[in-house]
Amino acid sequence: MAGVVIDGISKSFGGTVALAALDLDVADREFLALLGPSGCGKTTLLRIIAGLETATTGRVLIGGRDVTQLPPRARGLAMVFQNYAVFPHLRVRDNIAFGLKMSGADRDRIARQVRRTAGLLQLEPYLDRYPAQLSGGQRQRVAVARALAVEPALLLMDEPLSNLDALLRLDMRAELKDVLREAGTTTIYVTHDQTEAMALADRIAVLHGGQIEQIGSPSAIYHTPATRFVGGFVGAPPMNFLRTADGRLMGIRPEDIDLVDEDAGLAFRVSVVEPLGAQTLLTGTTDGQLLRVALAGEHAIATGAALYLRPRPDRIRWMDAATGRAIAAG
Amino acid sequence: MPIRWLPYALIAPAALFLGVLFVIPLVQTGALAFQVHDAWALGNFTRMTGDLNFADALRNSFQLVLVAVPVQLCLAMGMAMMLRHLQRGRAIVLWVWSIPLGISDLAAGLVWLTILTDQGYLNSVLFHLGVIAAPEGWLTYETPFALFMAVAIAEIWRATAIVLLILVAGVQMLPKEYGEAAAVFGASPWQAFTKVTLPLLRPSIQSALILRTVLAFEAFAVVMALGGRNFPVLVSEAYAWKHFNQDTGVAAAYALVIMAISVAATLVFLRLLRTPVEQQT
Repeated sequence: MAGVVIDGISKSFGGTVALAALDLDVADREFLALLGPSGCGKTTLLRIIAGLETATTGRVLIGGRDVTQLPPRARGLAMVFQNYAVFPHLRVRDNIAFGLKMSGADRDRIARQVRRTAGLLQLEPYLDRYPAQLSGGQRQRVAVARALAVEPALLLMDEPLSNLDALLRLDMRAELKDVLREAGTTTIYVTHDQTEAMALADRIAVLHGGQIEQIGSPSAIYHTPATRFVGGFVGAPPMNFLRTADGRLMGIRPEDIDLVDEDAGLAFRVSVVEPLGAQTLLTGTTDGQLLRVALAGEHAIATGAALYLRPRPDRIRWMDAATGRAIAAG
Repeated sequence: MPIRWLPYALIAPAALFLGVLFVIPLVQTGALAFQVHDAWALGNFTRMTGDLNFADALRNSFQLVLVAVPVQLCLAMGMAMMLRHLQRGRAIVLWVWSIPLGISDLAAGLVWLTILTDQGYLNSVLFHLGVIAAPEGWLTYETPFALFMAVAIAEIWRATAIVLLILVAGVQMLPKEYGEAAAVFGASPWQAFTKVTLPLLRPSIQSALILRTVLAFEAFAVVMALGGRNFPVLVSEAYAWKHFNQDTGVAAAYALVIMAISVAATLVFLRLLRTPVEQQT
């Protein structure tokens, strides 16, 4: 178990800057999600922490030890890859035992750890199978078991659920959260899926263009985005931004808007109604600007209807229209 | 509605080609080998095995394969692994390493002959360095070991590139995550190579070994250029029986022996290096 310190890590490929002097602290036993769109540098940062990529500048400390110059095998970490990378020529049992065998662990410890992690991930019936004989979800479990078996100081996960179909992903997400809580391993988890980051992480670092836009709890990221990018990236549908006359942006989540009586709020013309069961999603315009509204429950609203809306004042996030940054205590 | 006969029509030219240029000559060779004066007999085989050169040819052929093929496999594997770590210039290096492939067998043999003959480059260099006082003969029947080494080196130089190309193709098909997973999970570079890369390359190694072994048993032009009749191998004996002794029957018997050895070697590699279905990626 160990904390991680990212100290001024930057990475350039030729002339392009992939990461710009990042600083980041991950506490011992913390689950941190690196969230961002593709190309934001999140995977590059993870690979630098793993030692699979060298940083242009900066240091990586794991458990207080500077590992910047060390090869991956000397860093005391484990990783779950996006495409699992379970070895096709080894049985599940030997895949799980791989890390321990490489480090020369004794036979008792290997047997014990294989039994324990296979139990944790419900792989006991498959120990003598080869990966090709398993489903995608089962291969994913093997990859996680292989990582947990070495009892790493730090667990790195690179979009581990993105190759699973939607339903399985939901199941695995809950299972992963349960297993990792039990293991208590410091985890850095890369994803582009904001619901995954919200559901799993203690803290989320949102990356954009090689820089950290905001670090905070899922709730802080969701409700008080530091920048327009964060508000627009996190949440489905994303936060609305309405331009005001004084050059500010009013950020408001679609579900933080209420219907009010005539003449008491913003005039809104509905162009699309999407009844989603738990919510009714309305898309339309107010004062010529696009606005999305998510009303709880079902509503009989017709396309073209004229409604009046009121954003909940305590949920409004004011932003500077020019910089896209939140204005403190607007 | 798919046309049922179309696939057969499309493979017909290839089948015809193989039939005319492979199956018919094979049957004819068999008939030649097992007939003496138009009667079925084993006389050609007894003449072949009774010949002075037969044991030497058999031994030389096997020695050449047993030395050249493993060396080529190791060299090509090392070269393929080095290529994998090149950041730039890979294509150029691969191209240079493949040059021997573009040179005909006989030309390759002659290149090595100019190096190793009495007045060749090797003797000139050694003489000028003062290592030898007079030109040494490397390619005579009195220096069988030097002659064998010369043939083996020339054969290794000429044909390592084909093994390399097969292995490079195999390496390129391996997702790089396997190597990264090995590195992250504590494998040293050597462990990653032996425990992950090598087993996953098994299908490529199998193809390369089959191809190289069969072709090494058929090595001819390099052997003739360097050794002539001082270094008999099975193929050169077949040639000699046909062209010097005018005896197609014994030549055909040699051809069948070479084919039997090639088929046996192929079956051994197919069996030993087979990748079970459940381990395929």
